[in-house]
Amino acid sequence: MNVLIDYTLHLADNSLILAQRNSEWCGHGPALEQDIAITNISLDLIGQARFFYQYSATLIGNEATEDSLAYLRTEREYRNCLLVEQPNGDWAQTILRQFFFSQYQFLLFQHLQDSNDEQIAAISVKTLKEVSYHLRWSSEWVIRLGDGTDESHKRIMKAIDELWMYTGEMFQPASYELQAAEERIGTDVSSLKEPWTNSVNDIFQRATLTLPPDRNGKFFQTGGKDGKHTEHLGYILSDLQYMQRTYPGNEW
Amino acid sequence: MNTSTEISEKKIRSLLEEVKDPEVPVLSVLDLGIVREINLNEDGIEIKITPTFSACPAMDVIRINIEMVLTSHGYKNVKVVQVLSPAWTTDWMSEEGKRKLKEYGIAPPNPKQQVCHQELFVQDEAVQCPRCDSYHTHRVSEFGSTPCKALYVCDNCKEPFEYFKSH
Repeated sequence: MNVLIDYTLHLADNSLILAQRNSEWCGHGPALEQDIAITNISLDLIGQARFFYQYSATLIGNEATEDSLAYLRTEREYRNCLLVEQPNGDWAQTILRQFFFSQYQFLLFQHLQDSNDEQIAAISVKTLKEVSYHLRWSSEWVIRLGDGTDESHKRIMKAIDELWMYTGEMFQPASYELQAAEERIGTDVSSLKEPWTNSVNDIFQRATLTLPPDRNGKFFQTGGKDGKHTEHLGYILSDLQYMQRTYPGNEW
Repeated sequence: MNTSTEISEKKIRSLLEEVKDPEVPVLSVLDLGIVREINLNEDGIEIKITPTFSACPAMDVIRINIEMVLTSHGYKNVKVVQVLSPAWTTDWMSEEGKRKLKEYGIAPPNPKQQVCHQELFVQDEAVQCPRCDSYHTHRVSEFGSTPCKALYVCDNCKEPFEYFKSH
């Protein structure tokens, strides 16, 4: 049971933190339609997070609710991967982060549709439809930026330099992921690395970009899934949790 | 099922016609196709609904409204339960609902086989302008004012309009 709780919290945290990051663009997008697009994606991610938190809360029991899980856990208790907590940077960096993550989610949820756990399977079927939109939208943007102007090409190159080191973690299973895979609740994330790399490479080629060399994963940063985060998560949570921490139990 | 529960279920369905989507108030929850099951027993009523888009904020309002409408008609212990599987699709929207959407100025969803291709930069779906019926339209953005809608412009009558995404 603990594995299932850890695992659903990990999935929820990934979605919530990226949603929170993307929502920082609200009112600041490069064009109205894209502002609406990135915040829509945020909303979809919050929806995913809510499904997983609600499920975790029923598993935990006691007084746990989706709200207590999102608003009252500390950064050490958050199990999201490092990629999703990285700063927005410019539009290129936000796009690339979304693309890397959507490509991962697209593969992950395809597997989780067949999870032994009925609720995880149901959430995966449901959210995969939305992830398909995110993946297509962000792929198109990577191509547009990479194969666009000198400036846009330069910026997406810089984004690759900033973010690539956080991609490896997605495919290095945490202990609860290993156990979830063993119980067929989850899937072996290391097996997603190859299809992920191939798909990213395919988009990169169309975007006139090159995949960074594989140095046997030596420079990949890890730890987020076990609660060891970059300094950014603390700031995100202080923003996200401020109201509930200051006025406990406050309702909208 | 005996006759009396059949009658009560019919009655409940007619009451559910009054519960509208707060974002698209011409559509009832039945038109949307989100009412999965109505269970009656001595203890009360259980209504199973399924969410449209994962984070649609209208879902919470819809749940509360269902409870309010039924309670105000004297039903006790009304419980609205969310079920996720099988996942909702716009193909469950009633033909009546699609007609009402169009009248309201929102292009109704196309049948699902045309939806959300993985291929990039694909040709937009042929979406009919709800005002002048032209198919000479183009997509401005895949994302709109609510999760369920995309933004389009009609190249014939030049009117911008929303399209209820096929999902």
